[in-house]
Amino acid sequence: MPAPVLAVTDLSTSFFTRNGAVRAVNGVSFAVARGEVLGLVGESGSGKTVTGFSILGLVDPPGRIVGGSIRFLGEELAGASDERLRSLRGASIAMIFQDPMMTLNPVLRIDTQMIEAITAHEKVSHRAARARARAALAAVGIASPDERLAAYPHQFSGGMRQRVAIAIALLHRPALLVADEPTTALDVTIQSQILAEVQDLCAESGTALIWITHDLAVVAGLADRVAVMYAGRIVEEGPVDAVLAQPLHPYTRGLIGSVPSRNARGAPLNQIPGMAPSPADLPPGCAFAPRCPRADVVCAGPLGMTGHPGERAARCWHPYVSEAAR
Amino acid sequence: MSGPIIALDRISKDFVTPLDLAARAANLLGARLRESAIRAVDDVSFAVDEGEVVGLVGESGCGKSTLGRIVADVLAPSAGSVNFRGAPRDELAGEAARTAALKVQMIFQDPMASLNPRLRVGDIVGEAPVVHGIVTRAERRDYVAALLERVGLDPRYTTRYPHQFSGGQRARIGIARALAVKPDFLVCDESVAALDVSIQAQILNLFMELRHDLKLTYLFISHDLGVVEHLSDRVVIMYLGRVVEIAPTETLFRAANHPYTRALLANVPRLEARKQRFAPIAGEIPSPLDPPSGCQFHPRCPFAMARCKSEAPALREITPGHRSACHLNDAA
Repeated sequence: MPAPVLAVTDLSTSFFTRNGAVRAVNGVSFAVARGEVLGLVGESGSGKTVTGFSILGLVDPPGRIVGGSIRFLGEELAGASDERLRSLRGASIAMIFQDPMMTLNPVLRIDTQMIEAITAHEKVSHRAARARARAALAAVGIASPDERLAAYPHQFSGGMRQRVAIAIALLHRPALLVADEPTTALDVTIQSQILAEVQDLCAESGTALIWITHDLAVVAGLADRVAVMYAGRIVEEGPVDAVLAQPLHPYTRGLIGSVPSRNARGAPLNQIPGMAPSPADLPPGCAFAPRCPRADVVCAGPLGMTGHPGERAARCWHPYVSEAAR
Repeated sequence: MSGPIIALDRISKDFVTPLDLAARAANLLGARLRESAIRAVDDVSFAVDEGEVVGLVGESGCGKSTLGRIVADVLAPSAGSVNFRGAPRDELAGEAARTAALKVQMIFQDPMASLNPRLRVGDIVGEAPVVHGIVTRAERRDYVAALLERVGLDPRYTTRYPHQFSGGQRARIGIARALAVKPDFLVCDESVAALDVSIQAQILNLFMELRHDLKLTYLFISHDLGVVEHLSDRVVIMYLGRVVEIAPTETLFRAANHPYTRALLANVPRLEARKQRFAPIAGEIPSPLDPPSGCQFHPRCPFAMARCKSEAPALREITPGHRSACHLNDAA
């Protein structure tokens, strides 16, 4: 197996507030290979976004990476200088955000922003940069790219803005793209257009993709592997087929049971009782134990990721192993 | 089963942006600027039977929320009438009008925006039933406690403020408030859209329990086809202010007729689908300021014919209970 594009080991990111340290990301490890799509799934507050931000070195004070390593193409990013990170961001690592207006400057025309993004990392002429920007817009399916280059972000619809953000992210054919819920705010038909384009573009350029989302159904259709996060930790990881068909972790199983389309119409959904704990006040041992149907006294003990057959792993004392083996 | 509890009869709603001072001044000088009107809901008729759950589905800007507000009597229609238990609602007066208003309640998407942040939960839930004489001031405390318990909240929470609750709990407060005046009909406008899946499942289960226990009727507005499929008996699909298809849930998800409905269904990500090849329909929803002529879906429709550009298709029955607005059904 070739070396992964990104290998995250034991990453921990905390926010230091007046009420003490909040451990948003707590010992997270995963790897993404070239051309692979990893779905990073979790509910609000699970630490999935902070994980993405940590990889790009975008965590602002009072937050800080407090431990672990982020190796990108063999280079250590945790603790790298701002200057080094800036030269990587946008060139070899790119990010798409949920709200494209986080990427786009509202008072600059699209061409200004795209050309700046190109010339920031490469020495090319203004004219060549413009031609590339035009080609990038056309590649994400924007009609009449010449006119659109001269437009301002507010003149685009939400879906179009997200396309522009994707075009900018892919300008330098990055080795790694981190997408943080980029289709959550979009309508179904537009979401499906964006998913199709990202699928094609990543397959073409071999970009490794981390798709952060709360929507298991999107991951099912898009990802090769999936990592499920809960309260700052990855609780289950594995190939998407196996994880969705036979989840090991009770939380994964609960999440899948909560999706309406998976259940018989009108029948009660298999809800998970209670709600996620505050990351400022985590229970000892397994954070899911208070909501878990299989929890007992062992669950309060220290607990690591254990491997399971089929390149799978789960953080659980009582995984649904026999069911998965069957 | 008795007759419809709510029947919409050719409802339309226009939102008109009045001319500002500069435009009026320009008109004095002969500029001939006109007020711009958006037709948010265009000639919609359907009925909701007693005890039924009707799902109203569409993408942003299709007019589903506007229609929901008209049903809940928060907005008045520009044309057409809403019939409540067979009587046109705008002709009701006195006690009958009051009953009609109380019996239809609305639950909003964002509970934080619809709960007064300066009121305690006890006041939010307890104010309306006292005002409307459903309970006396003395009984209020117990009444509110019972309601909170009914929606799965600790009755001791009455003295707390909305910001002290999580998103799922706030959704429950919004439901308790709507239930406080003993409604028969609830309009739920994207009531679970902002919630995490595991919390969403809890609230959906609560909706189903309440329906069963209190014999409620719902108009459930959502962009999420999975949620609607799970909850509804019938589904209404809207596109740019018009109803394009109405069918029993089973039929709609098995044998959708309208090309837009079929495109929507094909584009919903599903847990069962692995490495899905997303095959999107082209284009975006046109601006309601300048809607396409004829069938409003024709610029995006793979089956569009010449007739679709000029003539708007009527919503016609294709099999019993299944209505669709598409010219293709005439050709066959």
